[in-house]
Amino acid sequence: MAKTLFDKIWEAHEVAEGILYIDLHLVHEVTSPQAFESLRLEGRRLRRPDRTLATADHNVPTDGSTAAAQIRDQLSRVQVETLERNCAEFGVPIYSIGSRRQGIVHVIGPEMGITQPGMTIVCGDSHTSTHGAFGALAFGIGTSEVEHVLATQTMQQRKPRSMLVRYEGELGYGVTAKDLILATIGQIGVAGGVGHVIEYAGPAIEGLSMEGRMTVCNMTIEAGGRAGMIAPDETTFEWVEGREAAPDPLPLDDWRALRTDEGASYDTEVVVDASDVSPQVTWGTTPAMVVGVTSAVPEPAGEGDERALEYMALEPGTPMSEIRLDRVFIGSCTNSRIGDLREAAELVKGRRVASSVNAMVVPGSQQVKAQAEAEGLDEVFRAAGFDWRSAGCSMCLGMNPDIAAPGERVASTSNRNFEGRQGRGARSHLVSPKMAAAAAIEGHFVDIREWE
Amino acid sequence: MRPVSLIEGGVSVLDRNDVDTDQIIPKQFLKRVERTGFGEFLFYDWKNEPGWELPVNPILATGRNFGCGSSREHAPWALEDYGFEAVIAPSFADIFYSNCTKIGLLPVVLTEDEVRGLMEAGSASIDLATQKVTWTGGEASFEIDQEIKRRLLEGLDDIGGTLLQQDAIDRYEAGRERQGPVTTFEGNAARPA
Repeated sequence: MAKTLFDKIWEAHEVAEGILYIDLHLVHEVTSPQAFESLRLEGRRLRRPDRTLATADHNVPTDGSTAAAQIRDQLSRVQVETLERNCAEFGVPIYSIGSRRQGIVHVIGPEMGITQPGMTIVCGDSHTSTHGAFGALAFGIGTSEVEHVLATQTMQQRKPRSMLVRYEGELGYGVTAKDLILATIGQIGVAGGVGHVIEYAGPAIEGLSMEGRMTVCNMTIEAGGRAGMIAPDETTFEWVEGREAAPDPLPLDDWRALRTDEGASYDTEVVVDASDVSPQVTWGTTPAMVVGVTSAVPEPAGEGDERALEYMALEPGTPMSEIRLDRVFIGSCTNSRIGDLREAAELVKGRRVASSVNAMVVPGSQQVKAQAEAEGLDEVFRAAGFDWRSAGCSMCLGMNPDIAAPGERVASTSNRNFEGRQGRGARSHLVSPKMAAAAAIEGHFVDIREWE
Repeated sequence: MRPVSLIEGGVSVLDRNDVDTDQIIPKQFLKRVERTGFGEFLFYDWKNEPGWELPVNPILATGRNFGCGSSREHAPWALEDYGFEAVIAPSFADIFYSNCTKIGLLPVVLTEDEVRGLMEAGSASIDLATQKVTWTGGEASFEIDQEIKRRLLEGLDDIGGTLLQQDAIDRYEAGRERQGPVTTFEGNAARPA
């Protein structure tokens, strides 16, 4: 019988009915302390430290601190120190603050070559779907499930339904992976993928870099999807080959078989016209409240929209390009990789950030930071007036000191524009790195297709 | 986890769709390393809005796609710590639903009309064993995975259950597991690099 990519990975990992083997468990400081504590109280061992990897990302200051002891916020410091202690006790490899490999958990897994095609991957973080870009099945889980995986290296999971998002046509000039996924969420809604594992396919996907594919899969959860995935191809293999944890040689015969068979069917299919997608900007408080940059703030279609417009302090009919910004944030597990920074740097080179804007770049990992510095991108950003920071989740959710003030309007390359997400009362507009870079220079949104 | 059986009493109403976990428990409260004490921070930003009212009751009735966004289990912890024993909505986000079932906070899916009826009634009774919700002027059945139901009724620990299958996990690892260590590629487990 013809099988989907999802079917194949699922079946290869079924230990028993409803029990799925986990090849890789990624751990960070926020959702793990209670899980380790329960293991300790129950006297349970951690089954496979060699399939577990930890880093500190959500809480870490981006000021260049190199040890947990330097974290000023006492609660944050305790959380990072607790992670370090738990990892030492249970034998888990950790790249904490100060390590040259530290960074956002969804950036460092792929960059070390630990994330590989065909794997099952979990992490106590909803953006774990990012790893699906490699043809892996990757779920975000809660703390009780983190504990379950630590103890058993499996998770209890009924098989979700499958969904195909098939893109027709190619992306236009200046349109990026971020615009593609934002437009997709706008089309299917924030609950459009609930209960489903989504496979993204079509020429627009095949044409994306691995970084672009990670951006697409990353935001699967914003459409409610359980996981997002893309069949691995030569682009994938080239990206993984030679990375420090990658197999040598790559098991290419196995990896090439990770494709949906001809004639396999999905529970749900959606078609998106990629050639119709323009640079996107969110106007509201969910990622589905999104329009093209050449559009205007829409009329509210219900109570939720009215509430969103009030929170965002926007009037229907206002052209998106007239929205003025206070801050620009380039970073997060969605858009903080070297390719994202190169795209943004290219646009800001030789220009100056608008005087009314406070702009920052937060590389996704220390390795991204080092690479960017080797290429001189830090100098480009600094010369333009951007603040150049150290790696972490930063203003995507503001658990560290990088927080927007009440009422401030932020152009952000992150994944969530929920009320208060980037700071209490802060107003977030989600955009691509290119759009964020151009908005920083002009002080308002611009259509980068015309601006370049 | 304590067993879940009959849940009866008042219904608190939060008539909004797409309530995300950043609203249920904002990020500044995720820094604790304990599982308890999150109730006082529930809907921390919303509770200062004029007209906000969320009395402590056994049941919370709310809108579509409740619990969307982050995977933080702190959201169900906060709802439970506040006093809720069940949440009734027309639909839930997947990870939130799963997290609720792990801690014994019962998520119940009813139709929009049924949720509306129950909101107006102001009190209700949920019987997990028969999968029925009743309120003044109405009643409805709800679906739940039978394995989840069994665990909730008995108050069972998931991990204990899976560890009963340890032989199957051992066999899987012996036969089908991917080759080679994954995260210990440097051979330096437990030593920060």
